[in-house]
Amino acid sequence: MQAEFGQWAIFGLFTVFIIGGGIGTVTSSNLFHAALWLIISLFGVAGFFVLLAAPFLAAIQVLVYIGAIVVLIIFAIMLTRRLMGLREAPNSQWLFGLLGAAVTFGVIVLGLVLASAGNTPLLASQPLSEITGESLRDLGIALVDLNQYVLPFIVASLLLEAAMVGAIVIAREDE
Amino acid sequence: MAEFLVNSGWNANLAQIVASVLGAVVLASFGLVWIIFSIWLERKFAGRVQDRIGPNRTGPYGLFQTFADVGKLLTKEDITPEGADKHVYNFAPILAVAGILAIFAVIPFNHAWVGADLNIGVLYFVAVGSLTTLAILLAGWSSNNKYALLGAFRAIAALISYEVPMILSLAVPVLLAGSMSMQDIVKGQSIAYIFVVPVSALIFFISQLAEVGRSPFDLIEAESEIIAGFNIEYSGMKFAMFYAAEFIHAFVICILTAVLFLGGWRGFGAGEPGYELFGFIMLMTKSVAVYVLVMLLRSTLPRIRIDHMMAFNWKFLVPLALVNLLVVMFLARPFVPDYAAAEALVAQGGFAGLIGGIFGAGFIAELPRAVVLLIANVIMFAVATQLLHRYGEAQRAKLGVRPVAATRAPAMASD
Repeated sequence: MQAEFGQWAIFGLFTVFIIGGGIGTVTSSNLFHAALWLIISLFGVAGFFVLLAAPFLAAIQVLVYIGAIVVLIIFAIMLTRRLMGLREAPNSQWLFGLLGAAVTFGVIVLGLVLASAGNTPLLASQPLSEITGESLRDLGIALVDLNQYVLPFIVASLLLEAAMVGAIVIAREDE
Repeated sequence: MAEFLVNSGWNANLAQIVASVLGAVVLASFGLVWIIFSIWLERKFAGRVQDRIGPNRTGPYGLFQTFADVGKLLTKEDITPEGADKHVYNFAPILAVAGILAIFAVIPFNHAWVGADLNIGVLYFVAVGSLTTLAILLAGWSSNNKYALLGAFRAIAALISYEVPMILSLAVPVLLAGSMSMQDIVKGQSIAYIFVVPVSALIFFISQLAEVGRSPFDLIEAESEIIAGFNIEYSGMKFAMFYAAEFIHAFVICILTAVLFLGGWRGFGAGEPGYELFGFIMLMTKSVAVYVLVMLLRSTLPRIRIDHMMAFNWKFLVPLALVNLLVVMFLARPFVPDYAAAEALVAQGGFAGLIGGIFGAGFIAELPRAVVLLIANVIMFAVATQLLHRYGEAQRAKLGVRPVAATRAPAMASD
């Protein structure tokens, strides 16, 4: 019972991180601060992955999203804006943005509820430490197993490869 | 620890939490206390290498110099520059230290002493390491200073580029051990990986040096060019935190090199049950040996120019690391060590029994793979250095410079 309370408390903490960070990202008038709020939000997502017994995804979340993508965003901001105190005017189309986000969110929630109706409850009753070791192994096998996800995995790899080649071609100087 | 508390009448969950918190405090304090010594060691060592005396005024051999410095830094005025982004500015030094200390959580000090033996230990340390990059960025940006920003730009360029060969070379011990857990990697090293895959060890060490921003890659805070780079506006204890973070990081890379390539706590029966303390001493000895190398490099080598640093990374280290990974992947597959068969061989006695008795059965199991990979590594190293040599010659020919033998230093009177 107490362990469950602890789980709920940590779940609540990370939820606050994600939602608070998200609100900060869209309301902050300073682009740099918006990027920092985004980090907090993404960090909360990494915490969710730990709660879901997927530490591999949590580490990847921190490494790729915080360590690479947000750093690149900040880098771009640093290169293109004046040093300090720049305030962005609020986007005049924010109402459409809000509507789009709400509709997308609704569709996702509806899909999840319909998909999980009649299934086992989402909160695992097993202790986390007992499932983590297996989940990493399952993930690795699933990505190379012909009967599981090998095709999407290779297609995604090819797509990334093509994007990288394309980036090099675009960035290349004409000779 | 937790058991003791439960036995004395505590609630099991509460005892677990208290034990975890205490463990974290002990680990973090270890890192922080160690640097008090390592800063002194580094100054003294650099002094002796450069034919100076080094600190020698406070205490025997200047041992208390660091305490004097801490006192000075604590009493200095804490300045926040005009126009700085206050919250970010104050948060950056905390993130810098916390990011480094978090790495200690996955370091196995012996078969039992490990903060958290995550099954993604290697990935964890890479992910946490990326937080320090972020700390440098935040510090550089929030100081509202051009030199600080320049330092941050350099840091990004250097740290992100050198992460590529670092991860590629990290994949090799993971591949050989068949696990991302630090503890499993140590246990897989009946033969230390530096004797199996020396090229990976070298690439890892070089890229880690660049990650710390140690000489010859100290462009992040090149004093003579951008004064101090990202931490120029910081004073007092906040500056000290960046300084401490750098020193802890420098030692952490030595521990990581020791764990991943030098066999960690293993060696001479150390770290086995019953010899826990010996295992810890073994790991520290290996780490200090690597640290001596880092200090030697720092006190002798000049700084590399930024474009040279980038070219060296992208045109040499990354291709070499890629080729290295491919070679290891294909060669290691047919020679996966069979520990059970080796045990049986040792049990039969004879020559194998003799060797197994001295080095352990794991040694015999890993020997075929080690020999094959070592030969492949030597060939790779020879080809790589030959290519470097050719490239150097071509560059010199383009500039019309002929290589000249270094002129002899004037003979000393005592010669």
